[in-house]
Amino acid sequence: MSFNPKHILGIKNLTADEINFILDTADSFKEINTRQIKKVPTLRGKTIVNLFFEASTRTRTSFEIAGKRLSADTVNISASSSSVVKGETLEDTAQNIEAMHPDIIVMRHSASGACDYLAERLNCSIVNAGDGTHEHPSQALLDAFTIRQHKGDIKGLTVTIAGDVAHSRVVRSNIHCLNKLGANVRITGPKTMLPPGLEKLGCEVFSNLNDAITGADCIMMLRIQHERQGKTLIPSLREYSRFFGLNDENLKLAKKDAIVLHPGPINRGVELSSSVADGKQNVILDQVENGVAVRMALLYLVAGGEKLQDE
Amino acid sequence: MATEKIEILDTDGVNRALTRIAHEILEKNKGVEKLAIIGIRTGGAHVAAQLTEKIREIEGEGVSHGTIDVTMYRDDLGARSNLAVGHTDIQFPLKDCKVVLVDDVLFTGRTIRAAMDAIMDIGRPDSIQLAIMVDRGHRELPIRPDYIGRNLPTARNEQIEVEFNDQNKAMAIHLFRA
Repeated sequence: MSFNPKHILGIKNLTADEINFILDTADSFKEINTRQIKKVPTLRGKTIVNLFFEASTRTRTSFEIAGKRLSADTVNISASSSSVVKGETLEDTAQNIEAMHPDIIVMRHSASGACDYLAERLNCSIVNAGDGTHEHPSQALLDAFTIRQHKGDIKGLTVTIAGDVAHSRVVRSNIHCLNKLGANVRITGPKTMLPPGLEKLGCEVFSNLNDAITGADCIMMLRIQHERQGKTLIPSLREYSRFFGLNDENLKLAKKDAIVLHPGPINRGVELSSSVADGKQNVILDQVENGVAVRMALLYLVAGGEKLQDE
Repeated sequence: MATEKIEILDTDGVNRALTRIAHEILEKNKGVEKLAIIGIRTGGAHVAAQLTEKIREIEGEGVSHGTIDVTMYRDDLGARSNLAVGHTDIQFPLKDCKVVLVDDVLFTGRTIRAAMDAIMDIGRPDSIQLAIMVDRGHRELPIRPDYIGRNLPTARNEQIEVEFNDQNKAMAIHLFRA
């Protein structure tokens, strides 16, 4: 098959075949990252603007490295150092950037739907690097890639996602992605952090962590997002850690060969005990490594294809 | 209009051509030392595997063997729909190797250009030679094969196909004329 997306805005509108095509493409790009000369000429002459309105280390660096290894020219703009602080609107900022003819804008924004909004208004391709509490497609894809790397087929696996579900775009993208690939998705977290209607997305909801991870193949721990919530959702971090933190004891309830994922940055001692964060079962650094390959695949697929031919 | 299918080489013919190429490679390179056979995905990779096997039979000694995917190095990306990117698998250092690049059909030479760039990005071989099952002409770049299974002048609208069986062994070569 061939897959020529103009934008990557979310997982929701992708088919299982398209997701697998992205993962297969990423698999081929992965080899480049282990070479001595980590560069191929695939996107030579393309310009990629990383437009980040929210803080990010992993995602922005990963997209930047991905673009550079494909020989694209990458430019980083972060909100704090841009005209946004002078009061420019998102659309004005984006139109000004587009006037410089980039081929792809990779954007992170605190408003859900910001990427869709720009995709309707600009001519260049948009890749969503996280919009509000909506989607974070590249993260879900690198999670799926990492699970596939460790477990082979994703179909039939039980994946538990635990933590601050209400504020997490990673969860939404992951639920769509894992469901489409045939995994059984379990969700758990404090009641105040579980939005209503999760069952409708096709997952099982648990009120306590131990039940949710019993027999699981993969456990995905989420970060408590201090920046997106008041202090009202949980009484204290210590209590959260006690009931929803993963440690050596409760990890034994999962399958023996279960893997632990985390989108980063981790809050050591909160959602993950230090021993689990440094343990053999965690694949957090694999996730980061695979992130570059997955993002190379996304940039390649978005930039390639007939649609971008300049006439 | 019906397409005419003409057999250029049958299974025995393919086999003899491969055996001859294997001997020529060994003769020119004086054995297998520092020799590396690298096939271009997908047809060339199958032919390269067969050549590697032949060389082993003749010399009684194995030879380094790899596969390269040139999609990332194509000069027409963006002018056509996205192609699946295949795996490049070269598990040995290329430094000082005498690389024999293998493809099934040589046409414009653009694939070979891409493959040479891809190899140079992975390492710096001592030399690169080119082995081809069928040279059908119409070169657009200054590229010339060192080992040729069959020289076959063709018209541009004709097609050459190397037929492989389920074990990826080349069985026959056909020309299709519209």
